[in-house]
This record gives sequence, structure tokens and C-alpha cells, in this order.
Amino acid sequence: MIPAIGLALGIVVGLLLQPAVPVWLQPYLPIAVIAALDAVFGAVRAILDGIFSDKVFVVSFLSNVLVAAFIVFLGDKLGVGSQLSTGVVVVLGVRIFSNVASIRRHLFDA
Amino acid sequence: MSTGDSTPRPPDDARHAWARLRRAGSPRPSRSNLLAMLLAASLGFAIIAQVRQTSIQGLENLREDELVRIFADVDQDGDRLSDEVRDLQSSLELLKSRTTSEEEAQRAAQERVDALGILAGTAPAKGPGVLLRIDDPELKITPSIVLDTIQELRDAGAEAIQVGDVRVVASTWFADADGGISVSGSLVRPPYVIRAIGDSDTLAGAMQIPGGVNATVRGKGGRLSIDIRDELAVDALLSVTAPQYARPVPTATP
Repeated sequence: MIPAIGLALGIVVGLLLQPAVPVWLQPYLPIAVIAALDAVFGAVRAILDGIFSDKVFVVSFLSNVLVAAFIVFLGDKLGVGSQLSTGVVVVLGVRIFSNVASIRRHLFDA
Repeated sequence: MSTGDSTPRPPDDARHAWARLRRAGSPRPSRSNLLAMLLAASLGFAIIAQVRQTSIQGLENLREDELVRIFADVDQDGDRLSDEVRDLQSSLELLKSRTTSEEEAQRAAQERVDALGILAGTAPAKGPGVLLRIDDPELKITPSIVLDTIQELRDAGAEAIQVGDVRVVASTWFADADGGISVSGSLVRPPYVIRAIGDSDTLAGAMQIPGGVNATVRGKGGRLSIDIRDELAVDALLSVTAPQYARPVPTATP
């Protein structure tokens, strides 16, 4: 519940402050957001599986974001930035979908 | 990711799942829970920031292939639009040429009307020409002398002629009359003033031919004065009446 409140709070603050993304962050932020979403869905699924741990959530969240940003950074340096970004988004999207499917099975038996 | 692999679960624990979700939702303030909340808040903030950034993004942040795609799109649009411009221009040309040919036809018709009006005496004419004045103190000038003068002027290329106040056209006739001559029924008294439009030097020369008009008038005791004008008006008009007997014969269509 507290993380959900935090999410809502962040959205409200974002709407109020209307932040501009700094230039150096622009390539990484979209991928980082996707990675963080993956961590959130993974956490919900972990709750339903009964194996949730706050510590694991925090660590997985941060590591997901950092690894995603690092992959984009590396891809840009290697000249395959857009392809690698697409790959990361695809992988994370697949994972989000499988997590959502698992959550759905838990909650609705379907 | 924080969870392990998905393990198949018996379907009867749906209620457990909801209970677990509720339990997880209950506030348990701990350091890592607060940290999780902080992370979630930053996630929401980042989502909003990224959404805003995406919506205001200009061309400068796009990748090369996207720019190439946009450029190709713009190029294609430009091609399409210039095609359209060409089509519209050609139809504009078409319409213009149509208008031009209509205008030309109208101008030709107008020229014809003018020419026929001058020939038939229904339109006033002006141009270079000669003004003849035949003084006839002894009243010896006959209509035939005036008619000869007219013929001589026509021979010299006169295009519009007027005797006194009467326009001379194809149907004009001359006859004797008391105190002058009758031109198509109108009495014209001496001195006879004849206006003729044409090449003025040729017309004047035609009057001076030996044995011609001038000599004849002198022989009758009269006097012919020739006034060469650069601008002369033949403004006597005839009203055209529709022919009573003559009917046009339809020309065979080619």
C-alpha cells in the first residue's frame, strides 16, 4: 500500500512540477522507466507468490534501472543504441506480460 | 527481477492471494518499506517527466533513422504536392487558353461588326482622308459629276464617304433636284462637301488627274478645293432596314 501511495504521490508531484528531463538523462529515462515497471510488476507477483521482501524489491528495482541505463549507454557507445534499446524494451515487455499473467492466475484463477 | 520462476499453483488459493495482497497493503513502516515508497514515487515522477518530454520533443532529440524517415516523409509529401501543383497549373493553362480563344473569337467578331458597320454606314468612321468642297456658283454641277467624284474616290481606295450630311453606301443613288442634287432622296445644296476616308495623298492625287474631276468641275464654272486632313470624321449614319425581298441563301456547310 505504501509503495502505491508513493507512486501516486510521484505522479502528482510530477504533474505539479512539470519537470524537464536533463539532456544527459534523456536517452536513459525511457528504458529506466520500463525496467522499473518490470520490477514493480515482479514485486506484485512476488507478494502473491508469498515470497515478497522489501529488500529484494529495492535491490531489484535499483539494479533493473541501472542495468537498463548501462545497456543503453553501452549500446550508444557501440553504435547500436537504438537496436539495443529496442531489444531491452522487448525483453522487459515480455517479462511484464508474463508477470501480469501470473498475477492474473493468482487473483482470478484464470 | 525479484521473484523466482513461476511455479504452477493449485487454483484453490485465490482467496489466499487476495489476503496476501491485503496484508502486503497494510502499512508496515520499516526502512525498506519507506525506501520502496521512495522508489515508487521516483518511478511515478519519472513516468510523468518522460511523458512530458516525449510530448514536447522536437527534432533535435530524434535518432538518425527516425530523422531519415521523417525526411523521406517530407520528401514524399513535397513530391505529391508538386505533382498537384503541376496538375493545377496545367488545368489553369487550359482554362486560360480557352478564355483566350473565346476572347479572340469575340475580338474577331467585333472587328467584323466594325468593318461591316463602316461599309453599311451604320457606324461613324474616322481617320486620315480628304475634305472636298465643290463650289458651284452657276448651278451647273450635275449629279453625275458628283457620282463620278465618288467613283473616283472609291477607285482611289476611299473606305467611307459622306456627301453633305448623307453617308454614301452601296445603295446610295443620285438624282437631279431643285437648287442642288438629291442624294438617296435628301436634298444637298452647293457647295457640295464630300468627306472621304482613305490614303489622303492617293485620294487627293485622284482628284487632280488630267481630264478628271478637277477639270470637269472647272469646265462647269465651278471650283474644287481639296483639303488633306490627318484626322477626318465621317459621322453621318444610315439606319439599316431589313430587306423586304432579298433573302440570304444559306451557304453549304463544308
